[in-house]
Amino acid sequence: MQKRLLLGDEVIAQAAIDAGLSGIYGYPGTPSTEIMEYVQASEEAAEKHIHCRWSANEKTAMEAALGMSYCGKRTMVCMKHVGMNVAADAFINSAITGVNGGLIVVVADDPSMHSSQNEQDSRFYGQFALITVLEPSSQQEAYDMVFYGFELSEKTGLPVMMRITTRMAHSRTGVALREKRAQNELHLPADPRQFVLLPALARIRYKKLISQQAELTQEAESAGFNLFNEGQDNSLGIIACGIAYNYLMENFSGKCPYPVVKLSQYPVPAAMIARLTEKCRKILVLEEGYPVVESQLKGLIPPEGFTVSGRLDGTVPRDGELTPDLVAVALGLQQTAIRTAPELVTNRPPAFCKGCGHTDVFLALNDAVKEYAPVCVFSDIGCYTLAALPPHLSINSCVDMGASITMAKGAYDAGLLHATAVIGDSTFAHSGMTGLLDVIIENTPITIIISDNLTTGMTGGQASSAYGAIENICLGLGLPAERLKVLTPLKKYHDENVAVLREAMQYEGTCVIVFRRECVQTAARRVRTK
Amino acid sequence: MKTDIILAGVGGQGILSIATVIGLAAVNNNLYIKQAEVHGMSQRGGAVYSHLRLSDSPVASDLIPLGKGDVILSVEPMEALRYLPYLNPTGWVVTNTHPFINIGNYPDSAALTEQLQALDRRVLVDADALATECGNVKASNIVMLGAAIPFLDIPYEQLEAAVRGIFGRKGEEIVDLNIHALKTGFEIAQQQTKA
Ligand SMILES: Cc1ncc(C[n+]2csc(CCOP(=O)(O)OP(=O)(O)O)c2C)c(N)n1
Ligand code: SF4
Repeated sequence: MQKRLLLGDEVIAQAAIDAGLSGIYGYPGTPSTEIMEYVQASEEAAEKHIHCRWSANEKTAMEAALGMSYCGKRTMVCMKHVGMNVAADAFINSAITGVNGGLIVVVADDPSMHSSQNEQDSRFYGQFALITVLEPSSQQEAYDMVFYGFELSEKTGLPVMMRITTRMAHSRTGVALREKRAQNELHLPADPRQFVLLPALARIRYKKLISQQAELTQEAESAGFNLFNEGQDNSLGIIACGIAYNYLMENFSGKCPYPVVKLSQYPVPAAMIARLTEKCRKILVLEEGYPVVESQLKGLIPPEGFTVSGRLDGTVPRDGELTPDLVAVALGLQQTAIRTAPELVTNRPPAFCKGCGHTDVFLALNDAVKEYAPVCVFSDIGCYTLAALPPHLSINSCVDMGASITMAKGAYDAGLLHATAVIGDSTFAHSGMTGLLDVIIENTPITIIISDNLTTGMTGGQASSAYGAIENICLGLGLPAERLKVLTPLKKYHDENVAVLREAMQYEGTCVIVFRRECVQTAARRVRTK
Repeated sequence: MKTDIILAGVGGQGILSIATVIGLAAVNNNLYIKQAEVHGMSQRGGAVYSHLRLSDSPVASDLIPLGKGDVILSVEPMEALRYLPYLNPTGWVVTNTHPFINIGNYPDSAALTEQLQALDRRVLVDADALATECGNVKASNIVMLGAAIPFLDIPYEQLEAAVRGIFGRKGEEIVDLNIHALKTGFEIAQQQTKA
């Protein structure tokens, strides 16, 4: 069969389509975005009427997927790691309710923070929820795992998490596809009270979830994704999780002399680990992300006579993504001499695109705040966060989506004058609206700038849920119409825009100023595809 | 056969198009391929790279180990030098010499040229000038792809077919422009590697 050349993200999407997906939900976030985008661009998905629109945020996505699963259909949710924090309430409880149609939550972690605020490890969430986590080591395995994941989800009645990291999500390779499976017919849960988490019912569901743990571990022992490779040299035993396995094999050209447990499915297969500790007293754990397996090993191996090394003892760096080179160091392999880059090579940090509307917003804001200096500008996550860098140096915070408005509120409550928030349109829809409601209810005198570029720019221009609705949302939340201004961020309006901002900052109540101009990249793409 | 290529450039310069063309040619040639790309934050005018690995046997790691790359193929001269730690002792640097200056402290052009000239195995091409001669400066990435062909273990004809395949839906004119660019780069590299 001819292999298809696909990105890891695209492989997962194609696998879901082939395995009978009825709907995919998610909110964009590097490195997960291309999963949804692939389904959106797929003619096959359109013919099959697969639902594939972005949700307002990861929580609404997770809940919508649960609703689809309730109806017996197969569904997938995709997000980046920090999206799990937003979806967590629905996610954790979905393990208690269980599912009806197969449900896979795909989470893309970003160790080394190539495009993220942190490098949290989603396997913790999977463990926390007491569900199966699949961590593919190759794109082909990811493809096969989606089929398996849906089957397992339906067999056990539990959601399944698939955890990938940047290099799996954004690496392209040839993948062989399987025969396609039809979508499930709509059918409701056999137990009408399954999804009613009243305490008395939830206790029963939770006990059931606990009782299923042995079955999930047994699956991890036998499903075929976790493997035990014998070795001739038992002086070291290696546990290699997900793509760490590839880095290990790279270092030995495919023939590792030590026994290896290739770990791609959790809960950790205790019997397979025991087989390793029967042979080896020294264990090295290679994992992308936090020391999840390494910390857990203490409970799985005999208390004495064994040494475990990995990220906790510094054999592998505590933070950052793995590379074949770091694995080589951990194995104590001879390093090849490498060249160095000449000193004249300088950093080239990301910057606003030429003509970006956000730049005019910050030029105006910087001029407006001069009079009231020092002004703290609480900002948020998106392209506009680049205003933290020279030449703008306009913003003082970027924490989590929506935190601009609420942090500005807290700062005012603490006594800070002229607290200002800057948030993008997609972020406002994601998590800004609820914070604005808090502010409006107290009429907190802060100025909130919504820099509306009519798209989700940072992640490549996806539709923004607030599109065409920002003014109505603000008014609907109770903002007085005279405290809402809509401006155009262009040089020719600079003085006018500065004046409006100054006036807002003096006002004794909440003001929202919407700056609206389309992202130049999105505009160019729209013209190209016309 | 195994070729590990570091593609380098600045966000928006088209290194992913180069990767797409090589990828198609590799698949048509029944080679195994892994190609790690950079998406997201750094695409906004930042430094971007891609690790492209071709082999006639399965490839393990998506990332090329330090000191193991066979070729650095760069569409920007300073970016070519950034990834030298990945190049093996006998590896080639194939780079555009036309700088992309979007930072205040971009190195002095004479010093940069000196560093490039000091490399023992190199192909230096003013791809912007050549692409402009071919009809459009935007084809400079394909000029650079052409210049890397001698090091790819994929015959020129296969890459030409891949260019046709990738640009086909954009019309005959675009295809011709890019094939012209590919051939121009290829010829320059042949001249430089002979000398
Ligand atoms: C919880 C969470 N989900 C997703 C992301 C990824 N993310 C960061 S910025 C951004 C888009 C922001 O869009 P918008 O607010 O419209 O600003 P723009 O980039 O368009 O300027 C996304 C999706 C994140 N950091 N956190
Ligand atoms: S992608 Fe759009 S919003 Fe982001 S910096 Fe470029 S023009 Fe501005």
